[in-house]
Amino acid sequence: MLRYILGKLALIIPTFIGITILAFGFVRILPGDPVLVLAGERGLSPERHTALMHQFGFDLPIWQQYLTYLTNVLSGDFGTSFSTKTPVLKDFLVRFPATVELAIFAMIFAVVLGVAAGIFAAIRRGSWFDQLTMGTALAGYSMPIFWWGLLLIIVFSGTLHWTPVSGRIDLLYFFKPVTGFMTIDSLISGQKGAFRSALSHLILPTIVLGTIPLAVIARQTRSAMLEVLGEDYVRTARAKGLAPRRVIGLHAFRNALIPVVTTIGLQVGTLLTGAILTESIFSWPGIGKWMIDAISKRDYFTVQGGLLLIALIVMSVNLIVDVLYAVINPRIRAN
Amino acid sequence: MNKKLTFAAALLAASVLSGMANAKTLVYCAEASPEGFDPAPYTAGQTFDASSRTVFNRLVEFDHGKTTTSPGLAESWTISDDGKEYVFKLRKGVKFAATDYFTPTRDFNADDVVFSFERQVDKNGPWFQYIPGIAYQYYNDQFGDNITKVEKVDDLTVKFTLKEPAITFIPTLGMDFASVVSKEYADKLQADKTPELFNQKPIGTGPFIFVDYQTDAAIRYKANPDYWGGKQKIDDLVFAITTDPAVRAQKLKAGECNIMSYPAPADIAGLQADANLKVEEQEGLNVGALMYNTQQKPFDDVRVRKALNMAINKKAIIDAVFQGAGQVAINPIPPTMWSYNKEVKDDPYDPDAAKKLLEEAGVKDLKMNVWAMPVSRPYMPNARRTAELIQADFAKVGVTVEIVSYDWGEYLKRASAVDHDGAVIVGWTGDNGDPDNFLGVLLSCASVGSNNRAEWCNKDFDALINKAKTVSDQAERTKLYEQAQVIFKEQAPWATLAHSKVFMPMQKTVTGFAMDPLGIHRFDGVDIAE
Repeated sequence: MLRYILGKLALIIPTFIGITILAFGFVRILPGDPVLVLAGERGLSPERHTALMHQFGFDLPIWQQYLTYLTNVLSGDFGTSFSTKTPVLKDFLVRFPATVELAIFAMIFAVVLGVAAGIFAAIRRGSWFDQLTMGTALAGYSMPIFWWGLLLIIVFSGTLHWTPVSGRIDLLYFFKPVTGFMTIDSLISGQKGAFRSALSHLILPTIVLGTIPLAVIARQTRSAMLEVLGEDYVRTARAKGLAPRRVIGLHAFRNALIPVVTTIGLQVGTLLTGAILTESIFSWPGIGKWMIDAISKRDYFTVQGGLLLIALIVMSVNLIVDVLYAVINPRIRAN
Repeated sequence: MNKKLTFAAALLAASVLSGMANAKTLVYCAEASPEGFDPAPYTAGQTFDASSRTVFNRLVEFDHGKTTTSPGLAESWTISDDGKEYVFKLRKGVKFAATDYFTPTRDFNADDVVFSFERQVDKNGPWFQYIPGIAYQYYNDQFGDNITKVEKVDDLTVKFTLKEPAITFIPTLGMDFASVVSKEYADKLQADKTPELFNQKPIGTGPFIFVDYQTDAAIRYKANPDYWGGKQKIDDLVFAITTDPAVRAQKLKAGECNIMSYPAPADIAGLQADANLKVEEQEGLNVGALMYNTQQKPFDDVRVRKALNMAINKKAIIDAVFQGAGQVAINPIPPTMWSYNKEVKDDPYDPDAAKKLLEEAGVKDLKMNVWAMPVSRPYMPNARRTAELIQADFAKVGVTVEIVSYDWGEYLKRASAVDHDGAVIVGWTGDNGDPDNFLGVLLSCASVGSNNRAEWCNKDFDALINKAKTVSDQAERTKLYEQAQVIFKEQAPWATLAHSKVFMPMQKTVTGFAMDPLGIHRFDGVDIAE
């Protein structure tokens, strides 16, 4: 087991270096002189240009820039934002709780609905319910997030007035953040109606962000269940005269769970990428919106630092999933 | 006894309720987060909206909805005969905001003014790099090293000494970077070793007091009860940061905000149709143009430039590229700017006349480059599409166009070079509302090789705008600039294409909001009707 974990950890190092090269290279592949681009129509004097190139280190050879960058990253310095001049890590940490909160809700939404839909579709294989669920799942998986979000806003907020359009809480409520999780902070604040308002603001973004994972989990659950339902031990359980609920709940579902858990782990990456668009639509002040803003402002260092931080989180989650998987499934350990 | 209690309770409830009803909150759906709350080191409009225009004042202030200025923290000023010394008399009894993080012990005075300017140039001072990496770009661009001294004469008198006279000095003092900050607050933060708070929790003399900023979500202000210009009619002001324009429009419709900035062109008709909303509009302080390289053959011939101008169907460009959010430009300055010459007529769209004029000039089978900028700007949302339309228009008069483009930095650099090939699509957004900020920066002989991308140097035009720089009487300057615009049109160094149109949708109950030609969103003077 220890060897397995160490092996996985060793794999992290080349992946990490690869990601730093990508994050570093990605920003530099963008055409053009970053300083000139920032100056815009107004232009700037050659002296100031040289000074800025030097300040940002763009005048050094590319390998030297990379080494400086890598050293900085390893010491926890992810750069400083071009536009706000605040450390990227600080900017990231301020916004991260909002993203995590939304991601947790989206994940709960996707897992609860996805697993339930998958199981029922598997039990009633070929029925109209199965076909409808799987058709919807396919549609959900292919849904352009931006369009989907705007559609929900126009229908549920603009026309029906059931949900708020955007934001995390009604502007009426005003309290200092304690945990950064609006649902918890609103409870701590003790203001009447605040928690309800925070929840209502979560509904649409949760649905939009959860749609793709929901579709994936539903399909995965269905196929895992179908596979297990065809196994001998399920047939035996049925033959023994066990109640169908027990057969499915105890024998089939438990075994179908393993691939589903892996899928759920992999969806963390999807949630973080989905957050970029979802947060932009719903003015959700998390890291996704932050990244989009940075890209549109050509804030190179924020993009570079943000990419790396997001990649590190996805890597860590995958590592944890790998380890958990090995804990659940002895066959993996043995290999 | 019981009755009495009930009555008292009812009274209390009534007073509480009326108190609540009286607290007026204006919610503004803003397009982006501010970079910080110290206006001097930043350049983005949303930063200025959230800092300089709400929390701070300047020595002079732009008039609501105009490009002219009026006294602000300075009540009056005198200018020496050589135009190099400005002495400002400061307003008495102006108070900096008292908040839970700072309580001023003295009124605003000359020390604050001196500090506000010196901190941006004093390279060895503690405030020059109080946030590592900042630069006072606007100060540099506007003043360079032209201000040699800022002195306190007495508590309420400040003297500025300039190296060279600068006609735009007064309007420049109305710009955001010239906001007056509190020296006492700065000193306190320095003593506390928390200078970064200067940029997070601003203290100013302005119409609103900063209350709180929730990153990327909302900024809260309350009306300054001691404001020298009188307390605002609204009690609370909230910026709800909403980046997507379609979502801002939905929020406005749903009543989650009272007013919003920059609607998407596609949403404007829908917002105008909403019975609860009104949409105000104004030309932006900008211009988009096709600038011929007038030092290159055959564009050195005014007939060729005129002919090409007549070949362009500008209306079609406005319709296709701006989708209603623009209007045809006639002069190089926008109509909202003072000295705009209404008498100047645009070259008519007349391909036949254009053809004839080209023949007359002896130009046959002309092949030329049209440069399409790679970025979108309010004055030119889609340069590639514009270039394609121009290409088609020019083809009708026998001119073959090749569209060229580079990445933005490279584009600007190459287009500045005197020997660049062809005509460049580019434009300008004004800084300070002064015509010299357009005519001087973009068309003077001095800016050939940099911002004068027509590389156009006309002695008569140059004489007029140079003279206008040395005169301080605005009526006289207006005359000079009006003449300069006539020469510009006759000589046609550019095909003036468009000024953007800026829209501001708001609820019908919002009153007193003035569209600002400088693109600022300010909320002093705004009220909500009951």
